[in-house]
Amino acid sequence: MDEAIRIFLLVMLIACAVSVSFTKKLLSAVVIFTSYSLIMAIVWVLLESPDLAVTEAAVGAGITGVLFFLTLKKINMIDSDTKENDEDEKK
Amino acid sequence: MKMKRNDIFRRFAAWFSGKENIDDCIEQQTDDAFLTQDGYEHHRRHEKLMRLLEERPEESLRSLEIRSFNKTYIVLSVLVCVVLAGVLLYAVSFMPRFGTADNPANNEVADKYLEDGLEDTGAVSAVAGMILDYRAFDTLGESFVLFTAVCCVMILLGREDGRVSEKCECYEGENDQILHRLVRVLVPATMLFGCYIILNGHLSPGGGFAGGAIIGAAMMLWCVTLGFRSTERFFNGRTFRVVTFAALTFYCVSKTYSFYTGANGIASVIPLGTPGAMLSSGLIMPLNVAVGMVVSCTMFGFFSLFMRSKI
Amino acid sequence: MGENFFYNYEEVAAILLFGIGFTTLVFHRNLIKKIIGMNIMDTAIYLFLASMGYIDGGTAPIIDGAETYINPIPSGLVLTGIVVSVSVSAIMLALTVRLYGRYHTLNLDYIYMYAQKEHE
Repeated sequence: MDEAIRIFLLVMLIACAVSVSFTKKLLSAVVIFTSYSLIMAIVWVLLESPDLAVTEAAVGAGITGVLFFLTLKKINMIDSDTKENDEDEKK
Repeated sequence: MKMKRNDIFRRFAAWFSGKENIDDCIEQQTDDAFLTQDGYEHHRRHEKLMRLLEERPEESLRSLEIRSFNKTYIVLSVLVCVVLAGVLLYAVSFMPRFGTADNPANNEVADKYLEDGLEDTGAVSAVAGMILDYRAFDTLGESFVLFTAVCCVMILLGREDGRVSEKCECYEGENDQILHRLVRVLVPATMLFGCYIILNGHLSPGGGFAGGAIIGAAMMLWCVTLGFRSTERFFNGRTFRVVTFAALTFYCVSKTYSFYTGANGIASVIPLGTPGAMLSSGLIMPLNVAVGMVVSCTMFGFFSLFMRSKI
Repeated sequence: MGENFFYNYEEVAAILLFGIGFTTLVFHRNLIKKIIGMNIMDTAIYLFLASMGYIDGGTAPIIDGAETYINPIPSGLVLTGIVVSVSVSAIMLALTVRLYGRYHTLNLDYIYMYAQKEHE
């Protein structure tokens, strides 16, 4: 049972990482990255390191997410697609 | 004649670098930046860039060579990453099994920290005792990394001449009723929780970093809802400089006794107390407080620099 | 292929995440995606490092009379790493803001092209 939860969480981590790479909108990439950080915090708890879990939840999901949102706001790209930004990515 | 502070620094810098006529060195700073060679170059490049941005010559990027290069680049990059992941996976499969106690990573250093940690440092949490007593130098380096990061972001984004953009003066939380009512409950509770985590760093998981990040997040919430004028009453540029400098200096000065007390370096004047009490474990709690202050000021400093280009 | 491939789940996942993060860093041209890719690589390495310290049957390293504890050293090292990772992300995002302010695009190819043409 314990192993099943661990495998499930690790598969969710990989799914989050892959979907960050494939989204078109920047805002949803940042939100998925924040959820990736949260799942990572739960993995730390399962690895019996509560210090890392608290720090990752506070710093990774909290501070890094806020910094990304602030950057997107400062460059006015909150609702933009990556497709507009780099038109030459599709061949 | 009253000398301004800048003049004194320039005179000192000129004397330090051995210049002959110190009075001439002060006059150089008042030239018009545009008339120097560097200023003119900068202006010319800026004009050229504005013209380029209007023309947008991206069509040149659609030529055949560049498109085929892009395709090759993408295929090659995916191939390189797959090969790298494959080689690393092959190496991982030979590593010791997950969770075995006779891992080469579990050597006698870890046993010493776990067995003697409580008597030597007085901290119930072995990780806190390790990072703030046995390996306090690493944590000092990390605090300096945070401080350097704020300095770098200040260089990149800071604008001290007061030209703050008007957009950030009208914060969005002004008319938001939900935020106002929530903030009255959330900010005191979060700050209390952050202080609890910092003060209990040696007894339970957490420590200075997590607690500092939580306090920083509470200050960010306050700032978003109530505006910068309200936050400036207790946190402005001067507070940031004084608090960060005092906390880092305290950390440096209080741990230098280790260089004089020899190999283990553990014994200090402050008594270790009973394990489990908050006022125990010698210097660990004050150091946690110092690290927490640095981290919270840094996190709020990042926020403030991104929002309005000055702390 | 060694025998522990199907037992070291965390390490295998960490390597896969490292590969995905590296691909995101190299493959995309958008600066924000590159920074997210670098963050994914960072956290993958921390997962790999901290999973070395786990011992079966061990509890968290808070000394309260249990029999075995996990190894506290990788945990402490990764704690430093997490904070350094957020500092690096902040500097990279500040650089992105400045680059956008000058070149008005987030595409690295265009930025490079404008920078070259500007200096001709």
